[in-house]
Amino acid sequence: MLRLFPPLAVVLLVGPVLAGLAGTLLPAFDYLPVLGHRAAGLQAWTQLLELPGLRTSVWLSLSTGLVTTILSVLLVVLLCAAWHGTRAFAAMEAWLAPLLSVPHVTVALGLAFLISPSGWIMRCLSPWLTGFSQPPDWRIIQDANGLSLMFGLIAKEAPFLLLMTLAALGQADGERGSVVARTFGYRPMIGWLKAVFPRVYPQIRLPVLAVLAYGVSVVDVAMVLAPTTPAPLAVRVVKMANDSDLNLRFIASAGAMLQCALVLGGVLFWWMLERTVRWWGNRWITTGWRGGRESIPRWIASVAGATLGLAVIFGLLAMAVWSVATHWRFPAAIPAGLTSANWKLHASGVTDAVWNTLSLAVCTTAFSLILSVGVLEFEAATGRRTALSKVGLLYVPLVLPQVAFLFGAQVLLALSRLDGEWIALAWLHLVFVFPYVFLALADAYRAWDERYRRTGLCLGASPLRVLLRIKLPMLLRPIAAAGAVGFAVSVGQYLPTLFAGAGRFPTLTTEAVALSAGGDLRSVGIYAMLQMALPLAAFALALAAPAWCFRHRRGMHVIR
Amino acid sequence: MNPAALELQQVTIELGARTLIAGLSLIVEPGQVVTLMGESGVGKSSLLAWMCGTMPEAFRASGRVLHGATDLSLLPPEDRRLGILFQDDLLFPHLSVGQNLAFALPAALRSRAERRTKVEGALDEAGLSGYADRDPATLSGGQRARVAVMRVLLSEPRALLLDEPFSKLDHATRQRFRQFVFDHLREARLPTLLVTHDPEDALAAAGMTLELPSVGSPQVH
Amino acid sequence: MSTPVHLRILGALFRRFLSLGVLAILGLTGLPPVRAADTNSWTATLAEAQGQTVYWNAWGGDDRVNAYIAWAGVEAKKRFRIEVRHVKLGDTAEAVSRVLAEKAAGKDVRGSVDLIWINGENFSAMKQHGLLHGPFVDRLPNFRWVDTDNKPTLVDFTVPAEGLEAPWSMGQFVFLRESRRVPDPPRSAAALLAWAKVNPGRFNYPQPPDFTGTTFLKQVLLELAQDRSALCRPVEEAQFAEISAPLWDYLDELHPVMWRNGRVFPANGPAQTRQLADGEIDIALSFSPEAASSAIESGQLPDSVRTFVWKGGTIANASFLAIPFNSRAKSGAMVLIDFLLSPEAQARKADPRHLGSLTVLDVDKLSPADQAIFKALPKGKATLSPEELGTPLPEPHPYWMDRLEKQWLTRYAAGR
Repeated sequence: MLRLFPPLAVVLLVGPVLAGLAGTLLPAFDYLPVLGHRAAGLQAWTQLLELPGLRTSVWLSLSTGLVTTILSVLLVVLLCAAWHGTRAFAAMEAWLAPLLSVPHVTVALGLAFLISPSGWIMRCLSPWLTGFSQPPDWRIIQDANGLSLMFGLIAKEAPFLLLMTLAALGQADGERGSVVARTFGYRPMIGWLKAVFPRVYPQIRLPVLAVLAYGVSVVDVAMVLAPTTPAPLAVRVVKMANDSDLNLRFIASAGAMLQCALVLGGVLFWWMLERTVRWWGNRWITTGWRGGRESIPRWIASVAGATLGLAVIFGLLAMAVWSVATHWRFPAAIPAGLTSANWKLHASGVTDAVWNTLSLAVCTTAFSLILSVGVLEFEAATGRRTALSKVGLLYVPLVLPQVAFLFGAQVLLALSRLDGEWIALAWLHLVFVFPYVFLALADAYRAWDERYRRTGLCLGASPLRVLLRIKLPMLLRPIAAAGAVGFAVSVGQYLPTLFAGAGRFPTLTTEAVALSAGGDLRSVGIYAMLQMALPLAAFALALAAPAWCFRHRRGMHVIR
Repeated sequence: MNPAALELQQVTIELGARTLIAGLSLIVEPGQVVTLMGESGVGKSSLLAWMCGTMPEAFRASGRVLHGATDLSLLPPEDRRLGILFQDDLLFPHLSVGQNLAFALPAALRSRAERRTKVEGALDEAGLSGYADRDPATLSGGQRARVAVMRVLLSEPRALLLDEPFSKLDHATRQRFRQFVFDHLREARLPTLLVTHDPEDALAAAGMTLELPSVGSPQVH
Repeated sequence: MSTPVHLRILGALFRRFLSLGVLAILGLTGLPPVRAADTNSWTATLAEAQGQTVYWNAWGGDDRVNAYIAWAGVEAKKRFRIEVRHVKLGDTAEAVSRVLAEKAAGKDVRGSVDLIWINGENFSAMKQHGLLHGPFVDRLPNFRWVDTDNKPTLVDFTVPAEGLEAPWSMGQFVFLRESRRVPDPPRSAAALLAWAKVNPGRFNYPQPPDFTGTTFLKQVLLELAQDRSALCRPVEEAQFAEISAPLWDYLDELHPVMWRNGRVFPANGPAQTRQLADGEIDIALSFSPEAASSAIESGQLPDSVRTFVWKGGTIANASFLAIPFNSRAKSGAMVLIDFLLSPEAQARKADPRHLGSLTVLDVDKLSPADQAIFKALPKGKATLSPEELGTPLPEPHPYWMDRLEKQWLTRYAAGR
């Protein structure tokens, strides 16, 4: 029974990805029999290369991904080196998970309103300081170099990397490594960099690559913050794939393949960068240099971290305010009045979206949890790692650009008459939810003391009883946490919902993205609030439920 | 549980090319304690895991473990009913003291009242009357260790396996607890296999002591 | 709204499951599926529509339109037991491409789109590829109220509708201004350029291929073109370059004095309305003459916003409702369309307190009672009277839309 789980997981996970890739690759070479194209050729590629502004789009995608990744990693390294082990750091850790649970596009919407020339910051400073009675004509968001896009991405990706780093630090015993380095006379930051970071990095490499891939091929955030003359490649590919001119689909397929190549190129660049840094770092570590004054980098880390954190928080707050505003005109710092009318106006549309979002998130998360427990139990029983966790198969859906296989998956779904069916949509969500759930659960699951199982068995309990009565209850906390992660991932999915849902299952995220392009900020605010509230509620539940169940069990409060 | 002897026949345990235990045979009579001594890594714990049927797949083993005429090596772990105690008490942290004990009671004992009585009796015996609803995390190390022993005994094991159960306790507690364990296993007439690297334990067990050779030599084919 | 959402959805799922079973049986027995168009009377259609779920694919970027569609859904449920689901599109082309893909994949029944709000190039594409059900418009009882003489309700961007789509809404291109900053509006292409030069950074238009943005291009071209009649049909490449040249010259001059120097454009009409509300710009565009009034009504725009048009007239068109060939709820869609054409539904749509867009009906044809409803509708303070709206100009042929969009992309959206 258990042995069925790993292959099932692989098929469910990799199946749609591979099939989708094929479904994208073939049309890229002009092969799509259902549209009467059978001649394998390079026509789509020639047309793709002739697209106006393609070079700019490509450059925009690449630079966004690389700069976002480099700056996020730098920031995380600086923050950890400067503050790891302090009380302030522990306090920040508590904020990370909720911050992460907010979907990308919600954060982007909040940031866009915060920093735009008619945004909240400018409203607060005008006209008394700036003298502006109308917003200045400054190109802050959607700037040609994608800086605002990078800012929005870093605000979301740096916390993700930080969380991954913290997990790795726990495993690598980072705190004691840091202490040892300091007893040799190393300054704290240099000590951390030299003694701890090299051990931590290999463990966060895959998450870093996932960030890189996401940055290169992001669509939803780009629709809010990226320039449009022209837009980054992935945005253009999605638009072409949805055009009424079916011939554009072939170009879109070629574009999706180009998108893959971009990610590959980005990864290659990263790999070279890694090697360079490692070569140089290995020499640096052994120079014996113990560091000097650290107040400046410490200061930079704090300011950068705080700026990002505050920007995200205030952006979200602004969305909350908008959702209850009567009207709020430049340069007023606060709305003219508060009302619940906006919520009433949207009540019916919102309930549908909430229901779709919830049903998808709950079902895919629950299924992912069962699948993860099954695979992990198999691993525990056999003492072997499955292909799933060994060769990074889990990261395939996270690293591969979504457009590259969702597009093909859509064609296949249409062929199998599954498009627009709930089950197809749920499956595609699963492809993205399962890896996160598995990764979030695996460490705690593997760290569980096997002797409890032996004790249970020797006391005469069957393996199933041990699993249900001992192991799973003891692991309730990590299971709930992994569930919350999966839930948040599902809520945040944009492209899979768009491609597989045939528009029939509007979720909070698809509605928010659709509205973000134009809608009244009061409506955008409502969807942003709900989009934020659902994952936050899930996280709160994940914290509260085990805490309540085990309120009289001190032994369950210790994080093992 | 009818008292019978625990017997190992020609037990060999290998990890890759290394032989940890080669052809070990011994008999433990009811109420008797046999002590296995050896440095860490010689395969003491693997032997106990194999006896319980919970050895990781990376190891290979041959031989038999018998209780009287019953060949335990043919049974799944939960049916072997070999009670085991580790150096940690391993009380289930999500269950109360009483639930921990009730978990071990055989399911055949149906009546709630009877189960309750059994649990309370065990607690009385451990000097922990009225502790049934307590959170195990609020007990002292010595108290927890005694609960762990009572939990094993309630599961009505055929034999007892002790995997350095005294090593984590402080000196004074250790002596008292050792006495507690040995008294109970003799009273229950349980054949007991004690694994340790502390000569004092072996002395207190007052039974046969076997010294396991340090790390088996690689097998030559 | 009385039934909880989950029950409604369960019900819908159950019905879908049932209809699946029916289809399977039909498939097994080799009978062709019953086509709504083949059955005779409207009563039969009404009966068949009961219990159907209509997935109405309509652009979802405007809250008031969304609210109106939601209202229609509630009414359809009450009156005809039809379940209406609004599939909110970012761009109507998404739905067109979906139906096209379904046809390509051989999905001739149980398509995912039942009703589509459409006009122009999207209608032209669907008609050309045979993706539409019908003609069905003649069968709608309420179609007799439609003004087919004075409103472009039978021709869609020069392409004959031929009963494949029912007119639903009238639009005319108008400009919105913040009257406190633009007291004397620029009423022609040349005047707009001159105004923009004096007020740099205070005007923009949605980025083509957005509908409103492309209409601005067409509007300017109509005004500047030497020969307007050439815009009624496709032309040769050389001719296109020659005829469109004045437009590009105009834009080359306008962009540098536009908002963000013409490097960033709002994504669509509502996004531009938002910018007008935020004070980022002083003049915005809309295809709904009532847009300013109803945005003032909803509190989005300050009540100092007014509407104006160009002296030479502005583009007017109708938008339509069509049913894809593979819809699984054709009867339901037809009944819903008929309801949307009813004087009651059209009056609510014309009411600036709800949506405020021009009706496709000929009010004079209606019963006195219905006429009274229309007459009693309040007129928004920012709405122009029919006389003030001036001459409606016909839409150019869809060819021009397509070519102008492509050319615009090459010229202005190709980056450095």
